[in-house]
Amino acid sequence: MSSETGKILTTDGIPLEVSLKKAERKNKIKAFLLVAPLLLFLLITYIFPIGDMLMRSVDDKMVTEMLPKTFKSMENWDGNEMPPEEVFEAFYLDFQKLVEEKRDGKLSTQLNYTKNGFKSILKKLRRKAKNFEEGNYKEQIMSVHKRWADVEYWRAIKRRAPAFTSAKYLKGMDMYKNEEGEIVNVEEDRRIHRVLWLRTLEIAFFVTLLCFLMAYPIAHLLATLPMKYSNLLMICVLLPFWTSLLVRTASWMILLQQQGVVNDFFVMIGLVADDNRPEMMYNKTGTYVAMTQILLPFMVLPLYSVMKTISPSLMRAGKSLGGTPFITFWKVYFPLTIPGIGAGCLLVFILAIGYYITPALVGGASGTLISNQIAFHMKSTLDWSFASAMGLMLLAGVLAIYWVYNKLVGIDNIKLG
Amino acid sequence: MSKNQEFVKFDKVDKSYDGKVLVVKDLNLDIAEGEFITMLGPSGSGKTTCLMMLAGFETPTNGEIFLDKNPISNIPPHKRGIGMVFQNYALFPHMTVYENLAFPLKVRKINKDDIDKKVDKALSMVSLSGFENRMPGQLSGGQQQRVAVARALVFDPQVVLMDEPLGALDKNLRESMQYEIKHIHESIGVTVVYVTHDQSEALTMSNRIAVFNDGKVQQLSSPDKLYEEPVNSFVAEFIGENNTFAGEVTNFQKDQCKVKLLNGSEIIANPISVSSNGDRTTVSLRPERALINTKNKMDNNFKGKIEEVIYHGDHTRVRIDLLGNKEFILKVPNSSANMDIKMGNEINVSWNSHDARALDPK
Repeated sequence: MSSETGKILTTDGIPLEVSLKKAERKNKIKAFLLVAPLLLFLLITYIFPIGDMLMRSVDDKMVTEMLPKTFKSMENWDGNEMPPEEVFEAFYLDFQKLVEEKRDGKLSTQLNYTKNGFKSILKKLRRKAKNFEEGNYKEQIMSVHKRWADVEYWRAIKRRAPAFTSAKYLKGMDMYKNEEGEIVNVEEDRRIHRVLWLRTLEIAFFVTLLCFLMAYPIAHLLATLPMKYSNLLMICVLLPFWTSLLVRTASWMILLQQQGVVNDFFVMIGLVADDNRPEMMYNKTGTYVAMTQILLPFMVLPLYSVMKTISPSLMRAGKSLGGTPFITFWKVYFPLTIPGIGAGCLLVFILAIGYYITPALVGGASGTLISNQIAFHMKSTLDWSFASAMGLMLLAGVLAIYWVYNKLVGIDNIKLG
Repeated sequence: MSKNQEFVKFDKVDKSYDGKVLVVKDLNLDIAEGEFITMLGPSGSGKTTCLMMLAGFETPTNGEIFLDKNPISNIPPHKRGIGMVFQNYALFPHMTVYENLAFPLKVRKINKDDIDKKVDKALSMVSLSGFENRMPGQLSGGQQQRVAVARALVFDPQVVLMDEPLGALDKNLRESMQYEIKHIHESIGVTVVYVTHDQSEALTMSNRIAVFNDGKVQQLSSPDKLYEEPVNSFVAEFIGENNTFAGEVTNFQKDQCKVKLLNGSEIIANPISVSSNGDRTTVSLRPERALINTKNKMDNNFKGKIEEVIYHGDHTRVRIDLLGNKEFILKVPNSSANMDIKMGNEINVSWNSHDARALDPK
């Protein structure tokens, strides 16, 4: 009837699209209201903290705010020679203000991150500055300590002028910006983070592999056994889930320690000498064993849910068509389990890469992961911006893995159940 | 070319799953080369178990199965060279139609050109040429079933087993597939062992039917013989429709006997599994063998009261209270002579004693 406009009308003459939208609007609002609480929850507890973390990791405003006049006067200083008198004067004024507000301690901590040696000379400056005379601050400050006459230290202060910095990220990679502004590696004996990153990846990879190797047969058995046996087996798989993570880790400590159950058993059957008990804890071995056990269910369950859907007649068909059991498994069964393998491996790997409690308890020095380092900076050094930076690097790593996986296998192929 | 009459041979085969109950009891069955044999029976009768033993997925608890005179109990399924069509098709969902069909050829290390030729031939046989690159999920149920049939035949197996292959299809498709499978069998002459619980399917397709019940073959014969001459009351009940009279043999002769029914009347019947006077028996009579108001001379003539009339178009089903049996069914062809069939009327029912088979008591 309305072929001229090309629009289809309802019997009442309203354009169909409008009418449809009107009819659907109520449902859309209802749907949105239903997800709104979760959305809000995610926003407050997830997106906001991550955003805050990101800010914290690049935030360098503290020093910028503490030394406003100094940085203003430094704008015209090229950094080659000692700064002019006005810089010293501005620094003196800023510093005196901080001393009055009792914030000079924070400044010294911050500057010390940039260059070692600031702490003592700031302390000394604070003491001497009480007796400073007006004018010619350059001379007076330089006479407090010889480092104040060193242009390096003034350059270090100037480096803190920008409100944002990538220093924490570089530090996480064992790199830093030197005086010339180039990115360089730190000295070899101080490179601790790269080792940790590599170890984290290595342990996550091998834990995933071990979990896969052990979970595949279990999941297959679970999916093919008759109900009464498979239920029992399922409980065995899930039992660790119902036990506290701490309890499980602690029980591994009991088992694996040098005077522990496993070692006692080895000695008893004569596998090792009593005075030569192997160390199975406080090293990588302990981390591997405990993490594999704890993460195993995360591999079994996705595999099981996929295997459960594979009809046993497919294997029979493969055999009746002449495929040996191995060929039938490899060509028919295995390809069909790939979605489960993908889901399980991704899940275990991502969990393993950020694992904290278990490595902290049984890992010792050689079995700790990057997350332990993050926790160390959160709790001990209180360098939260560095901890945030490393946390974000970890997050970026996980997202990168996710991206690679999506490119290789396709995220649509994941099946969690 | 003389065909091997014992191409597949079940020899005294027993099967038990739990060591307490025999699912298959003393099975002896010979299947000729090129034959289309159907194992028919209610669920739980052991027919699928027999098929699985033949395919190699179950081992006989006792006895031996021979394929072309070779015992096969110790041969694993993949070396038996038996094709199989499964009830749920069992197509490999991650492979194309071509790859599905090529699978049995590839594992036999046949070269690529021959594989292409064989796959082509098999697909054209089930009229699915051009579907090579489809995934099974993109096919309809009937097409999937045809792919499954083609896959079971593509490697030229000696025997093809079909386990209720049409069970998941709707009625019309099932019927057309029945003819299609039958034609394929006729054109390539492969031995087919077919399992179903659908008697019309069995009657349409098979050379011979083995009726299973309770782990035993009740009767093994051609479809017409099975329908016309059931050897026991289970077969008579299971195949087609059936009117029964329970009674006792009173006058036993070699080709005729009298049976005294529970209400006292006597009918003349054909003694099949009774041997002497006093034997308990169930007399079985097909509905279409009993006629009403006929002028033909028949040796059983009784009066019955019409209880129910059900109109079926080409025929009318009439339920009659006859000789104490209130469930006596008659099929009356739709003709002008039979217009006085009304509920409550009394009519004459007659049949030949030859068609009333005195079988074992139920």
